[in-house]
Amino acid sequence: MDTTPVIAASHLSLTFETADGPVSALTDINLDIKKGEFVSFIGPSGCGKTTFLRVMADLEKPTGGSITINNMSPGEARKKRAYGYVFQSASLYPWRTIGRNIRLPLEIMGYSKFEQTNRVNKVLELVDLSDFENKFPWQLSGGMQQRASIARALAFDADILLMDEPFGALDEIVRDHLNEQLLELWQRTKKTIGFVTHSIPEAVYLSTKIVVMSPRPGRITDIIDSPLPNKRPLEIRDSLEFIEIAHRVREGLRSGHRSE
Amino acid sequence: MRNTIVPIVIVVVTLAGLWYAAVVPMNIKTALTDAERGGAVVDPSGAKDRRNLSPFSLVAKNTFAIRQTFNQARPRLPAPHQILVELWNTTANKKITSKRSLVFHGWITLSATLLGFAIGTGLGIILAVGIVYNRAMDMSVMPWAIASQTIPILAIAPMIIVVLNSIGIQGLLPKAIISAYLSFFPVVVGMVKGLRSPDPMQLDLLKTYNSNSVQGFWKLRLPSSIPYLFASLKIGIAASLVGAIVGELPTGAIRGLGARLLAGSYYGQTVQIWSALLAAACLAATLVAIIGLLQRITLKRMGML
Repeated sequence: MDTTPVIAASHLSLTFETADGPVSALTDINLDIKKGEFVSFIGPSGCGKTTFLRVMADLEKPTGGSITINNMSPGEARKKRAYGYVFQSASLYPWRTIGRNIRLPLEIMGYSKFEQTNRVNKVLELVDLSDFENKFPWQLSGGMQQRASIARALAFDADILLMDEPFGALDEIVRDHLNEQLLELWQRTKKTIGFVTHSIPEAVYLSTKIVVMSPRPGRITDIIDSPLPNKRPLEIRDSLEFIEIAHRVREGLRSGHRSE
Repeated sequence: MRNTIVPIVIVVVTLAGLWYAAVVPMNIKTALTDAERGGAVVDPSGAKDRRNLSPFSLVAKNTFAIRQTFNQARPRLPAPHQILVELWNTTANKKITSKRSLVFHGWITLSATLLGFAIGTGLGIILAVGIVYNRAMDMSVMPWAIASQTIPILAIAPMIIVVLNSIGIQGLLPKAIISAYLSFFPVVVGMVKGLRSPDPMQLDLLKTYNSNSVQGFWKLRLPSSIPYLFASLKIGIAASLVGAIVGELPTGAIRGLGARLLAGSYYGQTVQIWSALLAAACLAATLVAIIGLLQRITLKRMGML
C-alpha cells in the first residue's frame, strides 16, 4: 500500500464570521489519511466534522493552516474531479430517472454517450439497483435513493469518496444493510473514504480509522486506528474488540464534553 | 369527473337563480313605463310618481309586469337567457367575417393577447435570468418591475397607443405591448423564485462536479423552475387578455372585444356589453385551461406529477 497520504491536514483552522462575532468551527486539525483508508469522523453537532469534510471538498475555505488532496490544494483537486461527494439527503433531481441522475456528472464532465451508458450500468450493478434505472426517485424508498446517490458519486471513478451522514435519515435496519453494502463496495473499489456520522456503532463497524471530534472550538480529541480485520460480518459488533473500540470512542466523546 | 360536475352545476344554477331574482327589481321601472304606454293600468300611475318608490314595492303592486322585465330591448340588467341568445346570434348565426360576429372580434383580441403573452413571457424569463445571475440587475430591476405594476393600466394604455401611433406603429402591436406590460410581471416573479429554488446541497453537488454556470442553468436551475413558470403563465395569460381588451378601448372602438364593450356602452346596448364580457371570460377560462393542460403534460413527462 502506498504510504504517502492522500489527504494531509496540518494546523488547519476555520473561523466563520457571523453577526454574533467569530465562531471557531475548526482549530488546529492535524490528520493524514492514507490511500484506501476508511476514515470516520464522529462527534456531537457543532464539532466541525461536516465542515472538515466540506473543506476537503473545497466547499469551504480554511482560514489557517494547510490541507492537500493528492498533493494538490482542495480547489485544484475539485477541478480535477478527485472526489465524489454524498450528501445527507440523496438530493436526486426529481425530473430525472435514476439512470439519468447517475448520468448527470458524466454529462457535465463530457463523457461520450457510450461511455456514459457503460458507467451507469456498472455503478447501478455495484449498488444493486439495475432494475430501477428507468424509475423516478419518488418511486424508490429512502434507502434506495441514498444508494442511487452513492452510485452517482461513484460513476466518474474518483478515488476519494466523501460522505456526509449519508444514512442519518434512515431507520436502523436499512442502515445496517447499507453499512454492509458500503463495506463490500469499499473493499471492491479500494477507494479512500471520508465518512461523517453521529453513530458510534456505525463508525466502529465501518472504519479503519476513527477520528473523534468535539465542539467549541471544533477539534480532534482522539484518533483510533481500528484493529478490526477488513472483512467484517455484522456479528463482529458483538465481539470484545468491537466493544472495546466503541468504549474508547465513547470516552473520547465524553472527555470532549467535560472540558467545556 | 362526475365528482366535479355536480358541485359545478349547483353553483351555476344558484348563480343563475340569484341573477334572475335581481333582474326583476332592476328592470321593473322601465317595464312599468312601457306597460303604461301600452295601455295597462299601473299602480301608482305616472313614471314621475314611481321614481322614488322602492323597486320591491313596485314589483309587489304590479306582479303582472314581472314577465316583461326578462324581455326588454335595453334592460338595466339583462336576463341570462337574453345574453345567451345574443351570444348565439353573434357567434353561430353570423359569418365570422362580419363586423357583428363575436368570433371575429374575439379573434382580434385573442391575436393581440397571444402576441402580448409571448412578448411578456419572453421578456419575463430574460429579466428573471438577469436578476438571478447578475447582482446589479438583482438590485435594480425588481423595484422598477414592481413600480410598473402600480401604474393603472387604464391610464398608461392610451399613452402607449398615442406614442406608438406617432412613430407609425398601429394595429396589433400596440395592444400586444400593453398586454405584455401586464403579463411579464408574474413571469418575472415566478421565474426568479423558480430559478432560485434549488437547495444549497444541489448547488454544492454541481460544484463538486466542477460544472460551469451554463451547465448549472440548463441542468439544474431551469428544470427546477418549470413548476413555478407554469403557475406564472396561468396568471400571465389572463393578465394578457385584460391588457389586450384595455388596449382596444382607446383606439376608438373599432374591432375587438374591448371595442364591443365600448360600443355597447355608447349606445346603451347592455345585452351586447354582457355578451362581450361573457365571451371574454370564456376566452380567459379556455386559455388558462390550455396552460393547465400543457402544465400537466410537461410535468408528467418530467416525472414530477
